[in-house]
Formats: sequence, structure tokens, C-alpha cells
Amino acid sequence: MDVEAADEGTLGKILVPEGTADVAVNTPIAVILSEGEDKSAIKNAKLSELQKAAEGPPPVAAPAVKASEAPKQEVKTPAAPETKVAADPDIPEGTEMVTMTMREALRDAMAEEMRRDKDVFVMGEEVAEYQGAYKVTQGLLQEFGPKRVIDTPITEHGFAGLGVGAALAGLKPVVEFMTFNFAMQAIDQIINSAAKTLYMSGGQMGCQMVFRGPNGAAARVAAQHSQDYSSWYSHIPGLKVVSPSNAADAKGLLKAAIRDPNPVIFLENEILYGHSSPVPKLEDFVLPIGKARIAREGKDVTIISWSMGMSYALKAAEELAAQGIEAEVIDLRTLKPMDTETIVASVKKTGRAVTVEEGWAQSGVGAEIAARLMEHAFDYLDAPVVRVSGKEVPMPYAANLEKLALPSSAEVVEAAKSVCYR
Amino acid sequence: MAVAKKTQGADDKEAAAPNGPIADFTKQQELDAYRMMLTIRRFEEKAGQMYGMGLIGGFCHLYIGQEAVVVGMQMAMKEGDQVITGYRDHGHMIACGMDAKGVMAELTGRAHGYSRGKGGSMHMFSKEKGFYGGHGIVGAQVSLGTGLAFANTYRGNDNLSVTYFGDGAANQGQVYESFNMAELWKLPAIYVIENNRYAMGTSVNRASAQADFSKRGLSFNIPGVQVDGMDVRAVKAAGETAAEWCRAGKGPYILEMLTYRYRGHSMSDPAKYRTREEVEKVRTTHDPIDMARARILEKKFATEDDLKKIDGQVRDVINEAAEFATHDPEPDVAELYTDIYR
Ligand SMILES: Cc1ncc(C[n+]2csc(CCOP(=O)(O)OP(=O)(O)O)c2C)c(N)n1
Ligand SMILES: [Mg+2]
Repeated sequence: MDVEAADEGTLGKILVPEGTADVAVNTPIAVILSEGEDKSAIKNAKLSELQKAAEGPPPVAAPAVKASEAPKQEVKTPAAPETKVAADPDIPEGTEMVTMTMREALRDAMAEEMRRDKDVFVMGEEVAEYQGAYKVTQGLLQEFGPKRVIDTPITEHGFAGLGVGAALAGLKPVVEFMTFNFAMQAIDQIINSAAKTLYMSGGQMGCQMVFRGPNGAAARVAAQHSQDYSSWYSHIPGLKVVSPSNAADAKGLLKAAIRDPNPVIFLENEILYGHSSPVPKLEDFVLPIGKARIAREGKDVTIISWSMGMSYALKAAEELAAQGIEAEVIDLRTLKPMDTETIVASVKKTGRAVTVEEGWAQSGVGAEIAARLMEHAFDYLDAPVVRVSGKEVPMPYAANLEKLALPSSAEVVEAAKSVCYR
Repeated sequence: MAVAKKTQGADDKEAAAPNGPIADFTKQQELDAYRMMLTIRRFEEKAGQMYGMGLIGGFCHLYIGQEAVVVGMQMAMKEGDQVITGYRDHGHMIACGMDAKGVMAELTGRAHGYSRGKGGSMHMFSKEKGFYGGHGIVGAQVSLGTGLAFANTYRGNDNLSVTYFGDGAANQGQVYESFNMAELWKLPAIYVIENNRYAMGTSVNRASAQADFSKRGLSFNIPGVQVDGMDVRAVKAAGETAAEWCRAGKGPYILEMLTYRYRGHSMSDPAKYRTREEVEKVRTTHDPIDMARARILEKKFATEDDLKKIDGQVRDVINEAAEFATHDPEPDVAELYTDIYR
């Protein structure tokens, strides 16, 4: 039973005896003496009067609890611990930059980690002999053999669970989903087993593993093959979620993901696989999980995105520059834990924010960013945060409808101008 | 009606064409089956061409080589029976009597496609023809097909559902969850496993501990047989046995169709996992359409000229469908937000 008293003071007289059952709410159960009053005040008052007084203002006693129950000390929920994330490593001057596709960068990351740690292995549909449905695991079977590069049957729920089990036993699986659409078959194992076991076991056993594969829309593959799962996985405590947009980030972050002691969801993008960009040629290039990257500096509006959304964002920024608006573009790179600090710092500077994602708006990552900005930068916002997102429809197949369903750089430009009141 | 018999040869399917019962086809049946198989083949060839021309996008899985399976099964079914399959679905739709024009227009993503352009190659449906899709998620149709059978039992009608899935799909967990329920509740479900020897680039033996898929229902007490899926008559005979079993209220039945796909998994398949010779061998010695044609001529059900005439008629149907699908407009943009709720 809860104790509640509207007035401060000391307990003067108990009106309802200890142990009385079924005391109606709002029945006076005790008289509170305020400072200076003494017990004689009660002696002189009749119970009926006291009760009457309790019904109308000013209240003599607020509804309280059975006297036997001492007022409980309220237990405060501790604040969630802050995660401190290191900055990107310095790239020494004169480091050679090698231009490669995101596909090659991902492959190199896996190969390097497999050379470094014999507990790392790769598993999934068509990853070995076929060299990967999208050729991301090209050459791995040849270098590491069938023990460490394993073709599975089409059994997502089974092999995801098997991967979690292997990780609980200390191995470090990299589980490839041909696309994340098919990971819906496996999502129970990812969430109920991979994400929660560390906690449920009181920290005894967790799983150091990566679930990776293409996420989001490819081209013309319709509703069951085009979904963006960014917000799904970033909802889950115990998972980390990474989603890079270029080759260097892909390499540095996949290496980090494989080394991270937690289950990491690594969301790639089929369309980006073939995109080339420079990657520093370093012995061991690892990037911090949880750190966003300023992809373009600007002072007028902050555009926040990741993965494929960065293509729309950067193109829009160029367009905006031509119209005299300098957009700052943030590539989140990691969705969980989210780098609120970088977003907030930028918005404190620009006062305006637009989020860009392929996924649906409701309960999306953009919604999360907007909420964080409200919490941490409300006074700095000069306009409401605007979300550019995929339209809330299953992805249509028809070319004209598909184009409309996806976000576009034109929509980003429009949104940025609207928050700048232009 | 012949009795279903188990045959062997899981590891070397090629050598072991099962010697199950062969239906005795009348002239009309031979000619109908021939025409239907040919229609599917020509449709798929045309779809392949149109994909090459950029008229079809995304994934497009052709059924060429497997035509006898769906045509034979359809001959064993009756009005009101339901059909459901995966993404390699064009043949199934045509065999169900769906209009080639509407199927092709869906492939090109146009307004008069079966899903108004919104579903594409992998996701098409026709309530009228009892075709329940068209599903892009490997294995998902197996539980759905079991549900169709459940609805028949629930309603107490005499219909059954035919659920098609691949050798690869046969390894999904929900297949076995469905098998268990289907047998437990004696649902009228025919599970047709189209074993075309590959799931994308993975051969059956690299993915399946038990490669004789007719045995996959053993631990649930579901009977199963291997069938020569290249012979439309064998398919029909097996289909009838299974249908009789289901309609007698004895529960589900598994038919493993030994078949082969000639083309790549989808349009972008380098096909390095098998040799040209392997494909050529099946094509030249086991082609379901060539074999039907040879039988027709041999039994003098038709002359070369008669068959040429059929070929011409089939070509016309397909050309007309292609023409329609090329010129049909794209869906109205207002369609973006329709059909999400009703
Ligand atoms: C759940 C799921 N996993 C993976 C895929 C990708 N995929 C599409 S078809 C296919 C192979 C299926 O092979 P099989 O069942 O033998 O059918 P076939 O293509 O030979 O007709 C795969 C892996 C998918 N669509 N759905
Ligand atoms: Mg197959």
C-alpha cells in the first residue's frame, strides 16, 4: 500500500488501526501534526469532525497507508551509463590511400580478422563455393578452407541459432544473411538468444559475433526483399548496430565489429557494394563503433543519415550549396550506440536538422534522432526537426512507384529548405 | 490407380529415374499437356528476352525444364483446389489458367498486371483461379499452404491444397513444423518438392543430410514418393494417388519431383556450379516437351503439321502477352498508397 500525505508534519494520531482490511481510498487514517502543534489538539477534536474535515479543504490528513507500513524509500532508477567512444585513429601523414569497392573492403576486413584470430569463421548461404551471393566473401574459401568458410543450407533460423551457440562456446562467428530480409526468419535467435544472454547469465556468457549482410532496398526486388531494418535492431539492448556508407568505414568498422565482445548487427547495402572510395593502407585499420563522422561541414542546417541515405544527403548538400545553404552532413555509421554528442554539437551550431533514412518514418531512426534533439538541444532548435524517409508502403515493384516510395535527394533539399524557412 | 512406391537413388538422381506408375494419357490429354507445357516454355523464353531488353527488373526466376511438374499436377486436381508456390511461379500461374497477358504485365510492372504492377515476378496472386502466390521468402509458402489445407478441413469441403517448394526450401524449419501439424490434424495438403538439384549454387548433396526428399515426412508418418518430374504422365499418376489419399481424409502426402532447371537460378547467375554438359544432357535426353512431342507423333495423336499449328498458336498467345505487357501503362501514381489497408 502506498503512503501519501499532502502536508508535512509528524504522525499525531492513528485513526484506522493497524491491520484493518479494505480501507477505502481517501479515508483519513492518521492525523498529521504540523510544526508547533501538539497532541492535545487531537484530543480535543472528535473523530467525526476529523473525518469531516478530511473531506473538504483544508485537509487534516491526506490519504495515507496502514500505519504498520512505514513509508517506503523510493528507489531511484540509476542513470544509464554513458559510453565514451574514442575518436577515429589518426591516419599518419603520407599513408597510401587505396581505392576499392565497399565489397572488397568488407572482404579484406574479414580476411584480416580471420588471419588474426583463428576463432573467427564465416557462415551463411552461398558464402563459400559460390563466393557469396553478392561476392562479398570472394576468395575466403580459397584462403581459409571449408572449415572456416561454411556454406549453410537455407536454414536462417537454424544457422543463426547455431552461430549464437558457437559464440556462447567462445567462437567468433560472422554470420552472413543473403539479405537482412531473410534474417526475419532468424530474428528470434538474434534477439532472444544473442542480445539477451549476457544479461540473463549475469555476465557469465555473451556472444562475440557479427550478423552481416545487405539491408534495405536493392533495385526492383519488391516488398519482401527491400526492407530497411535499421530501426528494428537499434531498438534492442544488447545489440550494437553498424551501417557504413563507404569503403573505409566498412573496413574499419567490420574489423571493430568482429573484435567487439558483443553481438553486432552489420547492415550493408547491395547498391553500395560496387561503390569505390579510398581506404587507408594501414597494417590494422580499425574504427570505433559508436562514433559518427562529419562527412561535410556546414553552418546552416544539419543533415543526418547513414548507409545509402548518405547518397541522398550528400547530393542534396551539393544542391543546397548551389542555392546558398551550407549543410553539415553527419554520417552516423553506428546506429547503436548512437553518437548523440556529435549530432547535438552540430545542431547547436546550425539550429536545424533533417534526418534521412530509407526505412519507414514511424518508430524509425529519424524519430529517435528527433527525440534526442528535443531532449538535448531543444533551446537551440530554430525549426522542428524534419524526417525524410521511405513512404509508409510495402516496396512496390513498378519502376515509377518504387521511385516514389524511396526517399530522394530532392526531398532532402526540400526538407532542408523548409527548416531554413526558405 | 497405381500404388505409390518408394524408389531410390537420392544421390544419383540422374541415373535413377524412378519407375513409378505412368498415367495412360488419351489423345486429348497428351495434346493438352503438350500445349500447356509449351505455353509455359515460350512464356519463360519471352520473359528472358524481355528481361534482357530491360523491360523486366529485379529478380526473375524461369521455370524452363520443370514444366511437366506443374502441368501434371494440375491434371490431377479439381475445381476449388488451391495452389501456392515460391518465386519461381510463372509456370504455376499459367497452369492454373491465369491469363498470360496479366502475368507478363506484372513482370513489366504495369497497371494491368495481376498485382497492378506492385508485386512483380515473385509476388502474384489470383483468388479467382485459386492461386495463392507467388512468395519471395524461401519456405514461407509451406506453412501458408498448410493453412489453405486447414481451411478446407475447417469448412468440411472436398478440396486440397498443393504446395510447391524447392529442394533448398525443404531445409527450412517451418517445413517440418507444418508437416507435423498437417499429419496431426490430417490436413488435405499435397507437398510437391520440386527437386531441380540446386538451390542457387548449392547442389542437393551439399545442403541436405537426407537427399531423398520423399522421406522427409517419415518421422511424421507422412507418405512420400519420388516421381519422374520430367514425365508429365508420371506426375499426373502420382498426383492422383496423393489427391485420393488427401480426399479420403488420410492427411498430407509428399511428392518429390525429380526435375531440372535449364536456366540460371535467376537472370544474373554465372552458373559455375555445374557443367554445360550436365545441362545439355538433361535437355537432350529428358526434356519433358520433346518427350511429349515424340510420344504424340509415335502414337499418331497428331502429325508434324498439327503440332506446328499448335506451336504457332502458342507463339501467338505469348507474343500477344508480350505486346500487351510492353505497352500497358505503368500504374497510376495514386496506387502507391492503395491496398495497404482495406
Ligand atoms: C528465407 C530466404 N532465404 C534465402 C533466400 C534467397 N534465395 C532465393 S531462392 C534461393 C534458393 C532456393 O532454392 P530451391 O528451394 O531449391 O528452389 P529453386 O530456386 O531451385 O526453385 C535462395 C537461397 C530467400 N528468398 N528467402
Ligand atoms: Mg532447387
